[in-house]
Amino acid sequence: MEFEYIYKKPSALTSKANSYCPGCMHSTANKLIAEVLEELDMVGKTIAVFPVGCAVLSADYFLTDMTIAAHGRAPSVACDIKRCRPDKLVFAYQGDGDLSSIGMCETIHTANRGENIAVIFINNAIFGMTGGQMAPTTLVGQASTTGGKSRNPDDVGYPVKMCELINQFKAPKYIARFAMDSVPHIRDAKKGIRKAFELQLNGGGYSFVELISNCSTNWKTTPLQSLEFIREKMIPYYPLGEFRVPEEM
Amino acid sequence: MEGCEAIAEAAVRVGCRFFAGYPITPQTEVPEYMSRRMPEVGGVFLQGESEIAAINMVYGAAATGTYAMTSSSSIGIALKTECISYLAAAHIPAVILNFQRGGPGIGNITASQSDYWQCVKGPGSGGHRCMVFSPSTLQECVDIMGTAFERSQRDRNPVIILLDGCIGNIREAVELPDMRPAPDIDASDWCLSGCEGRSPRQLLPYFRPDPKTCAEQACAMYERWQKEDVLVFEEALADAEVVLTSYGTAGRIVNSCARRLRDTGLRVGIIRPLTLNPFPAASFSGLDPAAVKLVIDVEMTKPAQMAEDVRLALNGRIPVKSLEIPSGVLPTDEDIYEGISAILQGEGIHGI
Amino acid sequence: MIQINIDFQKCKACEYCVSICPKHVLALGEAVNAKGYHSAEVRFAEACVGCAMCAIMCPEAAIEILKSKDKLSERSEQ
Repeated sequence: MEFEYIYKKPSALTSKANSYCPGCMHSTANKLIAEVLEELDMVGKTIAVFPVGCAVLSADYFLTDMTIAAHGRAPSVACDIKRCRPDKLVFAYQGDGDLSSIGMCETIHTANRGENIAVIFINNAIFGMTGGQMAPTTLVGQASTTGGKSRNPDDVGYPVKMCELINQFKAPKYIARFAMDSVPHIRDAKKGIRKAFELQLNGGGYSFVELISNCSTNWKTTPLQSLEFIREKMIPYYPLGEFRVPEEM
Repeated sequence: MEGCEAIAEAAVRVGCRFFAGYPITPQTEVPEYMSRRMPEVGGVFLQGESEIAAINMVYGAAATGTYAMTSSSSIGIALKTECISYLAAAHIPAVILNFQRGGPGIGNITASQSDYWQCVKGPGSGGHRCMVFSPSTLQECVDIMGTAFERSQRDRNPVIILLDGCIGNIREAVELPDMRPAPDIDASDWCLSGCEGRSPRQLLPYFRPDPKTCAEQACAMYERWQKEDVLVFEEALADAEVVLTSYGTAGRIVNSCARRLRDTGLRVGIIRPLTLNPFPAASFSGLDPAAVKLVIDVEMTKPAQMAEDVRLALNGRIPVKSLEIPSGVLPTDEDIYEGISAILQGEGIHGI
Repeated sequence: MIQINIDFQKCKACEYCVSICPKHVLALGEAVNAKGYHSAEVRFAEACVGCAMCAIMCPEAAIEILKSKDKLSERSEQ
């Protein structure tokens, strides 16, 4: 009997098991990026830039050319890979500690220059690899190992909304926030990543794709409970949707 | 030509096609010049939003095989050391100019030599080393530029050229290197270019394949430098009774002082390192203790820094005295001449 | 006919697939893989409609879904 695939593992990822925790949506994001690269036939023409933090673990699984940047510096590294190799697809893949804390400066200025790269932002509202410290994106009331049982906005301010912040600049072309907690949301997220990559290939400019993710280890939930946390806590504060889309899309 | 511009033009001529920098005195003329020049040669210029961004832009550009350079001054280099460490770990070449200013802290913009330890001993965390060049004249600066890029590419390791505001802003006649064709980045067998038709390449700033191999490879490279790559200016060592040593701007002044001292009948030799790492240790260890009574190390920083390497090389065989001009103070010929004379007098050494 | 291939070693037993499957085809198994997880397994293959929601949810890309190209046999199976 002849079979055809309804769903096939993307060829841009190695077949070995990755190091992420059970249910971690870094894995989901990797998978979506890999699927899009394969669909666009860009696996061999991509240069990826990975950061510091849990997101760096992805570097072990992508079958593309890549480098790893210092904490927060991925956009600066990526933008000049792109400027020196304009025919390649270049993306930076960063978590929230990396992108919105130590790398805020690089993030903002790369966006403001409208560099022709895609930044994929994994927002799980906590420092993952270092073990659950408060991130700029940690929700009010959320527990962390450096912010106590509950983030107190009177003391440390409110969680940073990166899409909304980047939406203040004129140069970025595509800004969107998606989640990965359900099949419809995952489908939307993949479409968003595809738009960002296609935009770049058409010389379009800077795109910022935020993916609301989880960290059941440091949230101290089961993977299934982390889906509930995303729906009940994360999405209400970080509204999903496309903040800016080029006219031609 | 002005120092900064001549140095920048030399870099372009030997193949530099990417420059990212940030305004900081006394080197701002380098990014200004590059902003005009890079587009003319099909290269890329970008002003970073910070020193850190600028060196990381170099990291990205150099990872594609492009000859890339950045430039800064002392405290700016301190910020860049984060990425210099990453460059060394990921085996990505880059050329970094440090126009030293007086320090510590913001200090002042006077030509100084207080970054010897920073650049020679510890350009970032992790115990890696960079090759460090120390030209004295503008001609040496432009002559060294090709070697700096070639060795950086050969070793896939960052290279630092240690300068100061005096060299950066001096105007003197200079013969620039010929314009070379831009390096073919696709000919590189390590850079990132997309993995079509080959296996993926990874430039990773951590231990690959393992810590032991990484450390052994690095040490082998440093030993190779010591054997093959030392550059040094030596003068009148054969019959010297006193040897003056210094580098960079201090080296220029010491040259003229040596002439004056010889007029008094003193037999004065000169050892002026053109590479601080690898350090020309053999030049010092080759001195005859029976003939050389004293080595005088002249540095525009207090406490003296290079003096430590001079003492290591001499291993106690010949006494070493340092003339230390505090960082932030630009010495005149007379200051240095009198300083050296005072040291000689103190040691009971004098001419005929 | 639908074929569900679950990579026994890659599964980390997050249960996303188990919870999402509208036909309750999947469950965590008894066997433990090399990383110590009770990998998901196919319990009721005949109930699968090939919606692939499990594969889309699976972070590990550990689930692959295939269907028979033979339309007749597919119809008869249903």
